Amino acid sequence: MTRLPSGGLIDRSVTLPFHFDGRPLHGHPGDTLASALLAGGVRVVGHSVDLGRPRGIFSAGPEEPNALVRVDADPMLAATTVELRAGLQAWSLRGKGRVDPDAVDERRADKGYLHCDVLVVGGGPAGLAAALAAGETGGRVILLDDQPRLGGDLLSSRVLLDGAPALDWVTATESRLAALPEVRVLVRTTAIGYYDHNYLVAVERRSSGERLWHLRARRVVLATGAHERSLPFPGNDRPGVMLASAARAYVNRYAVRPGSRAVVYACADSGYEAARDLEAAGVEIAAIVDPRPQGLAGALSGRTVTGTTADAEGLLTGVRIGDRHVAADLLAVAGGWNPAVHLFSQSQGRVVFDDTLQAFIPGPSAQAERSAGACRGLYGTREAIEDGHKAGTTAARCDAAHHATRDAAHHATRDAAHHATRDEAHDAPSPTARSGPGQAGHEAPQALSSDEPALRPPAVHWGELAPDPTTFVDLQRDVTVADLARAVGTGMRSVEHVKRFTTAGTGADQGKTSGALMAGVMSQLLGTAPGQTGTTTFRPPYLPVAFGTLAGRDRGELSDPVRTTALHGAHVDRGAVFEDVGQWKRPWYFPLDGETMDEAVSRECRAARTGVAAMDASTLGKIDIQGRDAGAFLDRIYTNMYSTLAVGACRYGLMCTADGMVFDDGTTARLGEHHYLMTTTTGNAAAVLDWLEEWRQTEWPELDVHFTSVTDHWATVAIVGPRARAVLAAVAPGALELAFMRCAETEVLGVPGRVFRISFSGELAYEVNVPWPCGRSLWESVLALGAVPYGTESMHVLRAEKGFPIVGQETDGTVTPQDLGMSWIVANRKPDYVGKRSHARPDTARAGRKTLIGLLPDDPTAPLMEGAQLIPSPGATRMLGHVTSGYASATLGRTFGLALARDVAPGDRLTAVSGSSATAVTVVDPVFYDPENTRRDGDPASPDGDAGVPGVVPGVCRAESPAAHVAARFAAASSDAVRLRELPSMPMWEVRGDDPGAGLRLGPDWWLVTGDASREGWVEVSGQRTVLELAGPGALEVLITGCPLDLHPSVFTGHAQTLLAKTPVILERDGDAFRIYVRSSYTRYLAKWLLDALGR
Amino acid sequence: MLLIDCPHCGPRDEIEFRYGGQAGIAYPDTPGELTDTEWAAYVFLRDNPKGWFRERWFHVHGCRTWFTVDRHTVTHEFRQSP
Repeated sequence: MTRLPSGGLIDRSVTLPFHFDGRPLHGHPGDTLASALLAGGVRVVGHSVDLGRPRGIFSAGPEEPNALVRVDADPMLAATTVELRAGLQAWSLRGKGRVDPDAVDERRADKGYLHCDVLVVGGGPAGLAAALAAGETGGRVILLDDQPRLGGDLLSSRVLLDGAPALDWVTATESRLAALPEVRVLVRTTAIGYYDHNYLVAVERRSSGERLWHLRARRVVLATGAHERSLPFPGNDRPGVMLASAARAYVNRYAVRPGSRAVVYACADSGYEAARDLEAAGVEIAAIVDPRPQGLAGALSGRTVTGTTADAEGLLTGVRIGDRHVAADLLAVAGGWNPAVHLFSQSQGRVVFDDTLQAFIPGPSAQAERSAGACRGLYGTREAIEDGHKAGTTAARCDAAHHATRDAAHHATRDAAHHATRDEAHDAPSPTARSGPGQAGHEAPQALSSDEPALRPPAVHWGELAPDPTTFVDLQRDVTVADLARAVGTGMRSVEHVKRFTTAGTGADQGKTSGALMAGVMSQLLGTAPGQTGTTTFRPPYLPVAFGTLAGRDRGELSDPVRTTALHGAHVDRGAVFEDVGQWKRPWYFPLDGETMDEAVSRECRAARTGVAAMDASTLGKIDIQGRDAGAFLDRIYTNMYSTLAVGACRYGLMCTADGMVFDDGTTARLGEHHYLMTTTTGNAAAVLDWLEEWRQTEWPELDVHFTSVTDHWATVAIVGPRARAVLAAVAPGALELAFMRCAETEVLGVPGRVFRISFSGELAYEVNVPWPCGRSLWESVLALGAVPYGTESMHVLRAEKGFPIVGQETDGTVTPQDLGMSWIVANRKPDYVGKRSHARPDTARAGRKTLIGLLPDDPTAPLMEGAQLIPSPGATRMLGHVTSGYASATLGRTFGLALARDVAPGDRLTAVSGSSATAVTVVDPVFYDPENTRRDGDPASPDGDAGVPGVVPGVCRAESPAAHVAARFAAASSDAVRLRELPSMPMWEVRGDDPGAGLRLGPDWWLVTGDASREGWVEVSGQRTVLELAGPGALEVLITGCPLDLHPSVFTGHAQTLLAKTPVILERDGDAFRIYVRSSYTRYLAKWLLDALGR
Repeated sequence: MLLIDCPHCGPRDEIEFRYGGQAGIAYPDTPGELTDTEWAAYVFLRDNPKGWFRERWFHVHGCRTWFTVDRHTVTHEFRQSP
């Protein structure tokens, strides 16, 4: 039994049973898996990955190279970082790890965004003092620590502060922190990455699942402590060889004796402290070996450990010190300390080698950051507290100065960081002057005294360079001194090269105990100073992080925002199969019972060509464009003319980027003298709106024109087919007389709507628009009138039969309008349009470019695969182009395709190659159906298309709000802490230009006004957004799991446009209530996200 | 994750923005009169310095304002454009 009868920070009144490799063991609350294993007499915790050598617990923290275990669903964790819990199942690792592709990690991780004035990483003496100093200035402070309780190294020490146990000081400091309302302490939380502009990422381990915190701090205090390092000697990997600091932690903190008879290898004075504590715990100290000429009392001075002996199992039985052999089952190695500069280095700070400490310490900071205590080489409790206090005070003061100047100067954060960093350059680390008190000007109220002796510099000792195969540098990777010697022998001089060649430092521990050792050994091999050899780059994450933790709640149906139309519920009820188009879910086809996709598409297309069919076209981007110069602006953006378009008319247009390539297409209607409505492709809507804004703001600010997205305000149903007029007569009789390419604002089902007579199929067709809440009602009415619902696949077939290209399918950013055979849409008479000059570039104007062609396979049933390469004949290698679209057509009774190809003409015979299939095809004109456009007014053979009007009365419009379907779930999920509901729909308007004197200001000249207040030029957007309200004392904690904005009541008082759950929203605060204005198409997704958050 | 100071909204995370490339590349007054080489320079050629770079950002998920800043391409430090 190696558990001590008393002492330590464990709760002996509670027993926690667990299993290791199937063997029943037990420990207590306060144990790690490692300490409980040691207490249970487990000495071998695994075998090394390459050599299969038995290995034991080496450390007591995250630097552990040996004790990697599988714990429940986690495939690999360091046993030293796993808090013991009842029922835990752990297994040692055998050989290489395996990923089970079928395993599903059901644990639910979460994430959150936090902001603070001062972030302190590490809750040891320096970090505690820093957090308290910063917190007591009233600043917003976050303190992170990876352990279950604060104290850092003091948890493992018997140091006295002012004559009392150091933990008394920790407890007192914790109470003072707890009394500060703006201080947030996160234990069990490890900072894993330090990124630009003081952005840090940390993992909090909670029993309910891990939480990934995204932290933005004005200033950062790093108090990450130091890691003790290993030493190279033969047999330095045997179970029983352990870091001295770990041995001390096991006896003091966990009340476990890691051995009964110990040799302490004290290259640094901390070894003597470990020896004292081990002895006090009843461990016999057989010898203290100190390579320095002047060892302390009782030490073998000027001697080194030269080897170890082991029993048949490989367990340590003794230590060789030159010609002496000392029996021991524990060898405590105090190789000196490596300041934990990982986060500092990640912040782009440069580390420098300190010859006295024989360690890399922080050099100049690159961000608004300051290291404090042991992580800058200041060892000693009193020194750490003083330094932490100083760092916390300075951080708070610099931040206050930042606050004061920010409003006046409005300078960038990084600028402030830069100056602050320079201020602190005067406060540069001076670790060698460790006995000196705090610097002048820093008041240190906690002038505590400690009982620690002054520390002497560690031995400059990097071991013997004998090519012994058991002298390990990196225990996890089984890399030895001999391996390093071989690497250097091949001519490698860079530590980065040697790392990659030997794999030293590439294990899960990222070389935390071995990195400095590797630099030291290499410098000896190269005959240089370790500072010249340097260290490898520290990269995030500091600790391994599970992918599930990085994903958080962004998995399954919440993995990415999903946009749905007002008609979505009807599509689901009808059994539609959906297709992703950007973030939209669009019905792909509507199978009837037992139908295959081909059968459904064939039936849908036939209905559109011979009867009447309907499609949900709501996803097309819709941009309201107003202003005196709207027409002139569109003339510059589109290749064709819009200023000459008649009011009430529509025109199809192409827009190009400056390089002359097709960027988007769509129909734009002129609704008034200075009022247009542009439609865009579904996937490009946001990009087109951005494009328009870019030209208006950055190139043509003199033009009076502005843009408002109304994509979500309108629901759009396309009614298509020779009998479309019969359906239109029932839902929008006022639009019955519309000519082709004309539009009208008219009542639809009794509500104000818009009808556009445009066609993407070549048939008689109308696009009918109603405000979002009426969309489903319109759709159900149209279907009740006999229209056959069709999806995107049929839409693609119908347009391809007409030879209409789709941007993004026929085009790929290398295709000009001329390549598409659409020179007719390019107004060469115009002085300019975006892309015009590029159409005269030698490359775009040359002959022999790929152009749009049609293809007919010889075999009318042979499918044409999209992406198939076109070659002149079977076996040829000259590629002429590729198939962009391929379908089976019910109308043509055969398969057909569109392609881009060069140097071909109608009648040419080509081969389309895809994978192993080769299809013989003939080049034809790309218009396969009705090239004379005889059908756009209906079926010319049966002009009386209105006959047979269904006798169904469509009834009135039933408005349905976007979140109506979840109202009951909102109510059920609400509690006293958080209440969630959809607010009643209200008229809303977007206003550009002059301040309307009401509403939410969204941009410099942009407002959202709510209520019955319309004025000339205001754009109605009542259906564009849904307003959800999250209220109650717990609302803020829900929002920070998905909103990167700083929502602290002192910062966020009004409203902002930002992102919530990756969804663009307007967030408005009203006391403890938040109104979330979300685009109606995102409402379904955001409601799911909020319900998921409330369910946690 | 850069923290970018929007002139209208204040400091926001980089994910709210769209990058706009080098600033100060004006659309030519008379593209039709440019040589192919001059036009190609406008369309395709941009500076790529190590150091200070004057560049445009668009606050796409906020106020939708285009603005210009100086950013150091090594340290990501921002400063007001002189």
